[in-house]
Amino acid sequence: MNTNVDTHLGTPAPAGADPSSRTESHSSTTAGADANASPDSKPSFNRFLIPIVTFALIAVVLAVGIKHSGDVGVIHSPLIGKPAPAWNLPLLADASRMIGSKNLQGRWYVLNVWGTWCYACRDEQPALLAIAHSSPIPIIGVDWRDDDAQARNWLAQLGDPYATVATDHDGHMAIDWGVYGAPETFLVNPAGLVVFKQIGAMTPEVWRREFLSRLPAELAGRSS
Amino acid sequence: MRGLRASSARTRALGLEARRWPARAWAAFTPLVVTLLLWSAAPALAVDPAQMPNPQLEARYVTLIHEFRCPVCQNETLADSNEDVAGEVRRQIRTMLLAGKSDDQIRDYLVSRYSEFILFKPEYSLRNAWLWLLPVVLLALGIIVALRIIRARAALVDQDDQIVDTGESATRG
Amino acid sequence: MLPELGHFALILAMLLALLQAFFGIAGPALGRDRWVSATISAVAGQFVMVATAVGCLVLSFVNFDFSVRYVAENSNTALPLFYRIAALWGAHEGSLLLWILLLACWTVAVAIGTTRLPPRFAARVLGVLGFLSFGFLLFTLVTSNPFLRIEPPPADGVDLNPLLQDPGLATHPPVLYTGYVGLAVAFAFAGAAMLEGRTDPIWARWTRPWATAAWAFLTCGITLGARWSYYTLGWGGYWAWDPVENASFMPWLVATALIHSLAVTDKRGLFKSWTLLLAIVGFSMSLVGTFLVRSGVIVSVHSFAADPTRGTAILIFLCIAIGTALALYAWRAPTLRSTGGFELTARESFLLFNNVLLVIAAATVFGGTMAPLIAATLGQGALSVGAPYFRPTFLLPILPLLALLSIGIHANWKRGRLADSRRTLLATLVLACAFALAVVLGAFAGRHVLSVVGVALGAWIILSSLVDPIDRWRRKLTVSRALVGMTLAHVGLAVVVIAISVVESFTVERDIALGAGESARVGAYDFRLIGVHPVVGPNYSAERGEVVVSRHGRVVTTLYPEKREYWVRQQVGTAAGIKNEYGTDLFVALGDDLGAGRWSLRAQIRPLILLLWLGPALMALGGFCALSDRRYGAARATAGAAESAPSAAKERTA
Repeated sequence: MNTNVDTHLGTPAPAGADPSSRTESHSSTTAGADANASPDSKPSFNRFLIPIVTFALIAVVLAVGIKHSGDVGVIHSPLIGKPAPAWNLPLLADASRMIGSKNLQGRWYVLNVWGTWCYACRDEQPALLAIAHSSPIPIIGVDWRDDDAQARNWLAQLGDPYATVATDHDGHMAIDWGVYGAPETFLVNPAGLVVFKQIGAMTPEVWRREFLSRLPAELAGRSS
Repeated sequence: MRGLRASSARTRALGLEARRWPARAWAAFTPLVVTLLLWSAAPALAVDPAQMPNPQLEARYVTLIHEFRCPVCQNETLADSNEDVAGEVRRQIRTMLLAGKSDDQIRDYLVSRYSEFILFKPEYSLRNAWLWLLPVVLLALGIIVALRIIRARAALVDQDDQIVDTGESATRG
Repeated sequence: MLPELGHFALILAMLLALLQAFFGIAGPALGRDRWVSATISAVAGQFVMVATAVGCLVLSFVNFDFSVRYVAENSNTALPLFYRIAALWGAHEGSLLLWILLLACWTVAVAIGTTRLPPRFAARVLGVLGFLSFGFLLFTLVTSNPFLRIEPPPADGVDLNPLLQDPGLATHPPVLYTGYVGLAVAFAFAGAAMLEGRTDPIWARWTRPWATAAWAFLTCGITLGARWSYYTLGWGGYWAWDPVENASFMPWLVATALIHSLAVTDKRGLFKSWTLLLAIVGFSMSLVGTFLVRSGVIVSVHSFAADPTRGTAILIFLCIAIGTALALYAWRAPTLRSTGGFELTARESFLLFNNVLLVIAAATVFGGTMAPLIAATLGQGALSVGAPYFRPTFLLPILPLLALLSIGIHANWKRGRLADSRRTLLATLVLACAFALAVVLGAFAGRHVLSVVGVALGAWIILSSLVDPIDRWRRKLTVSRALVGMTLAHVGLAVVVIAISVVESFTVERDIALGAGESARVGAYDFRLIGVHPVVGPNYSAERGEVVVSRHGRVVTTLYPEKREYWVRQQVGTAAGIKNEYGTDLFVALGDDLGAGRWSLRAQIRPLILLLWLGPALMALGGFCALSDRRYGAARATAGAAESAPSAAKERTA
């Protein structure tokens, strides 16, 4: 005796399947002698479309992944919109004097983390100099895990775009700000909130697009 | 022995993408990360024999540094990474442990600086619910489906007179 | 000249692959028998061209031809010959060429191995493989040509990545890729069955040896990778649930499900459309893995250089290949019907659960690996998934699977008759638990619950697997190669389970600072640093430490960890000193020079880790043994489910 049994019974459902289409009721699910010679083609067709539909969804996710692939591994700072961590560091020019967030309250400022050991910091120096000339916003440099004498030489050679330079010898302040590489540049508003963080070298393009656009009109207008 | 070095002038002259020195194999990172080359005078290799004052703190420290991702590495733990930043974060953890902070406080501190990216274990939150529930849901569904199939097939056993060829002979060979 | 020849050979290969696909698929469809027989010629031609191209690239490496960009990026005048040849697959372009070469090799093997199958079916299989070859060749020529030149040629290359300068490079990628690519054969068999509209399950019998071979190679490839990363990366880890590692593990899980499902389809004609789907999904996982590794969408230590254009090209190829296969599946699968029945305790039932649990495990690993991408698609922030997620979620389906294995192996086809084996089941379970407790409490003085469970499950599998073969042997019945293979493979799996349980629970790791002559206690051993002195290698200079390891005052071994600086890339690498003592690895890696002759060291004791390498070797051996069973050689071209004279033997073999 040849019983024609619906394939529904012989086939475990594919992984990642949509539960709703699997639980469709079917008159022939009751196994037994009653042969269902011509099962309803629509429900069984739905089941076998599950794999290709699932794959289509996966392809969409992969495509989105490609779009974001430039961003992979970049940590988007959770500090944005939050108060900048308080800091207080010795000056490069005079280690006995300190500068910190207290001194900068109530004004816009740019904080740039750099070091003489960092190639890209060298690359961004011209851009920083241009910004320093054109904008009233002070650029505060934080020399990260570096040698003071080398830092002073470096600035003498390449030019000093900074209003002041503080030194972070033990790296504690950098970690506090979520810095994981150099150079990184922050924009802080008068209320003390971090408005933007640039990861990687500063360029005039980035300055215009990300920093100027966030400054109030009169401050942005006065810069070129 | 110097620590990890930046790419040589030769690679630049070749016009090749400057390579960063990964702590693991098969690398060439995205240009973005390339700009974050670190070149330190005091390399902080993952081997860190600095001891904590008591065994409980030591045990907590070891567990914690295996829990966090190195922020710049591709998929390494803080414990295994030779990067300077990893050393800095490890130092920070040690400082916080000595200051008497709890594990949760340390975790919150790092996540507030480096985002959830620094965790290897996705947090138990509503947002991640799908991720944690996925295996459980799949298991439940799988068992239900399998049992339904078996039940249907079991009802056919008596009608099925097909003889099964096992391939094993019943006689000596 | 050579690079141009190689380039030209690749173009010819691509055209021949296109012909192969055309003849193989259109020939049978249109009934043109001349086209059908022309397929084999196309296969041979394509293989010759691909081999020529590979030969040209190898010669370029051997002859220091730095005008070829790929050679300049991956070798150097100081690089030893062995690594110059292995550097062929050291980066993206060359490893793609390796893919293509292995696909051509498998295709030739299939052409030879299917001569006794119906010619139209065989042609279709070759046609599908030809389409895949064409896709890869097109992608390579357009986006990743290894024969591009540099003008003007540099005086010297930038050297192979030092981490790859290891014998592991010579073995891991080729063996792994052989497995990866081998799944394409099962995919092609499924494709041919669908194209033909076959409803009988004989194609499953034809596919079994190929699927098993691919699975065995994949097992070896993954293990070689784990072992390589274990001793080369300095910190003794063998599996990090890294996305690229997962990309090789997912096809393995699906392939395991496939070989078990093929057994059911072959023996009983059941699960036909499911087996078809698994064959498609297995290779699809290989393709998705290729995508993940080369497109830059995920964070991984193993990924190749990120390039969105390449990523897009692979994605398009993926969609065409997998989409077509799944569309064919949606079309043909409804026509596959089966009439068999089986009880709850029958072997089919256990194999069904095997499949369900393995697929759930694969889906979980897939979900976790893709989670960052899914979060990005949903517009959520960064989502980071690592070992703390994968460990518990992977164990969830796998632990029941291991338990069911020990029970199901006693089950008969169709009517389980498990009641007959009740005493055996109980005896083996009790023995296994006793063994586990003895090992964990006695040998290791540990109290981890999971390690007891793991060792018990492993021991139970071994005991259960040995019952039937030993019983047959004692009764002087034949023990077929299939049975031996199956037993070996299951025992191998059990060995892996035991090894992982012990290593994960009882490894001792310590970072110590030692001066010359000082020693420290790690686990049950004493590590004493004799000294560190400089040495010079072929393309590196190193500091080499001498560490004497002793136990209870008796010297066990001396280890020589090295910290190397490779001249060309000025990159630091560590070579750990490892010695295996009765299955346990004594492991030491050099850390930093702390000054004044003091060095920091990382020392580890890894118990029973030798089993972690032996287990998979047994599994692969079992696979090869099983597929050499003579049943597969005699290809029966008759349609219809297998039926033969009734056998009085217990119906227990898969």
